[in-house]
Amino acid sequence: MNKPQDVNTEELRARYPDVFGRPASARLATPAMLIAALAIFVFGLVDLDFSPARFISGLSQLGWISMMMMPPDPGSSLPLYLKALGETLSIALLGTTLAALLALPVSLLAARNIVPNIVRFPVRRFLDSIRGVDTLIWALVWINVVGLGPFAGVLAIAVADFGAFGKLFSEAIEGADQKQVEGIRASGGSALHEIRFGLMPQVLPVIAGQVLYFIESNTRSATIIGIVGAGGIGLQLAEQIRVLEWQKVSFLILMILVAVAGIDFISGKLRFAIIGKRAVA
Amino acid sequence: MTVAVSILPEQQLAALNAAYRKAVARKRLRLSAGFTLFVAALIVASIGAEVNLRTFFTYFGNFVSYFNRILTLDSGQRVWTDLGEWFWGLHKWLKLLGETLLISYVGTLIGAVLAFLLNFFSAENTSPASWLRFTVRRLLEFARTVPGIVFALIFVMAFGLGPVAGVLAIAIHSTGALGKQFSEIVENADMKPVEGIRSTGASWVSCMRFAILPQVSAGYASYALLRFEINVREASVMGFVGAGGIGQELIVAIRKFYYSDVSAILVTIIVTVFLIDITTGWVRGRLFGKEARN
Repeated sequence: MNKPQDVNTEELRARYPDVFGRPASARLATPAMLIAALAIFVFGLVDLDFSPARFISGLSQLGWISMMMMPPDPGSSLPLYLKALGETLSIALLGTTLAALLALPVSLLAARNIVPNIVRFPVRRFLDSIRGVDTLIWALVWINVVGLGPFAGVLAIAVADFGAFGKLFSEAIEGADQKQVEGIRASGGSALHEIRFGLMPQVLPVIAGQVLYFIESNTRSATIIGIVGAGGIGLQLAEQIRVLEWQKVSFLILMILVAVAGIDFISGKLRFAIIGKRAVA
Repeated sequence: MTVAVSILPEQQLAALNAAYRKAVARKRLRLSAGFTLFVAALIVASIGAEVNLRTFFTYFGNFVSYFNRILTLDSGQRVWTDLGEWFWGLHKWLKLLGETLLISYVGTLIGAVLAFLLNFFSAENTSPASWLRFTVRRLLEFARTVPGIVFALIFVMAFGLGPVAGVLAIAIHSTGALGKQFSEIVENADMKPVEGIRSTGASWVSCMRFAILPQVSAGYASYALLRFEINVREASVMGFVGAGGIGQELIVAIRKFYYSDVSAILVTIIVTVFLIDITTGWVRGRLFGKEARN
């Protein structure tokens, strides 16, 4: 056993000044950030009218509403709700498919390995600004064009996803292996042949996985675009909330939960069937 | 130099070709069957969604002209010829945008704190009891599956019109989403430090505090920042149902056909979202190094 070494603190201090004497700015950074975060939080609470009295009365209201929700009961409108749910699923499926079909050619124009930067940059910014606008806003715009109803919802989801797909697809294309493309070129293929036989076989499984994932997440988006009048179950939900039919509201929410879980399950199975056990997100 | 390519004898080649054709035919059959099913589903869906191509083509001009109209001022000129007129309400809109940012900030923070409290119970490796894990997981699932705006609709009824409903809706949705992501980080954490701490006789809380937390806190902060980014978009439409923020102004402008206002508000929203994305990306890069930026 050796004795604990005599530690010459002074010497260590001189050798590792960073460990012993961290500058005040470094030591204070974390608490300062926490205090700043807390200060903004408190300011936010005050500015947004979070008074305790209001909060408590709201909570008791909420408790009352939850009591009224039990038990979930569709009344006599079950067929209507089932139809609305079907509409929602249709909106998600059609909107996503339409978006994928539109985005595929455009994504080629946004991929670094296909087009020069001068084309890519404006296409990318165009896709970015489409993505910056929420699906609900697109729904409002399309309602102005084709009128109230689920068709406006389909178009809204198609446009909003077009932006997202354009970006995701072009990233998938940029990540593709160039060797196969070169192989096609070496055997005398044209630029279109390179894309069709060199890129697409690599990219399509990835794209299929992403499309399925989006159908899943769009089932959720499609439930809410009805709130602004673009068809589907959201329309019924918003109406029942406005007329305070809480039992119907809770039944509709349950329907949404079940539908989303079902779609999750199916598309999970399909995704694994198409691309194997590779994670897609 | 010539290289002789040996060609297989006719018989062997025929057998191989037949096998190849059979394999390809099977694959094609499966593919076309899947494709047919998909198209059938699309047709059913288009009947369900009342797709009407005639309306679409008749009114598609409206879509194009809508953008034409929102880019035209009342005076008939293009919007960018008179920025002062286009952004006439900038002061008011910036104030509402500030409110939107505050809603998403406060909502994200509340959601992150709740998710932080719950995630240790829902993670596979740290949960003290399996019934607790099951309950917390179902709770989080519920919170993230019900869309935020539905919560907002209900909260507007309970808490009255205004940003409070928006904040709470965003908080609940963020709790669900962050709770799942947080517990996934915890599940990936190294369990050896936990064993070390437990062997000193420490309680469950101390194990979490001194063994798990140091490993996961950076990941928490990164996900919370990402969620803030997402919530800014979400909060911009909360006003549609009366839950505060810029959405209120936007839906009024769209419904009442104040065309140039629509484009002006949309531009301010897009620019804000863009700036927030850049800022949080930069903060994440500073805090956690370059690899955490995506």
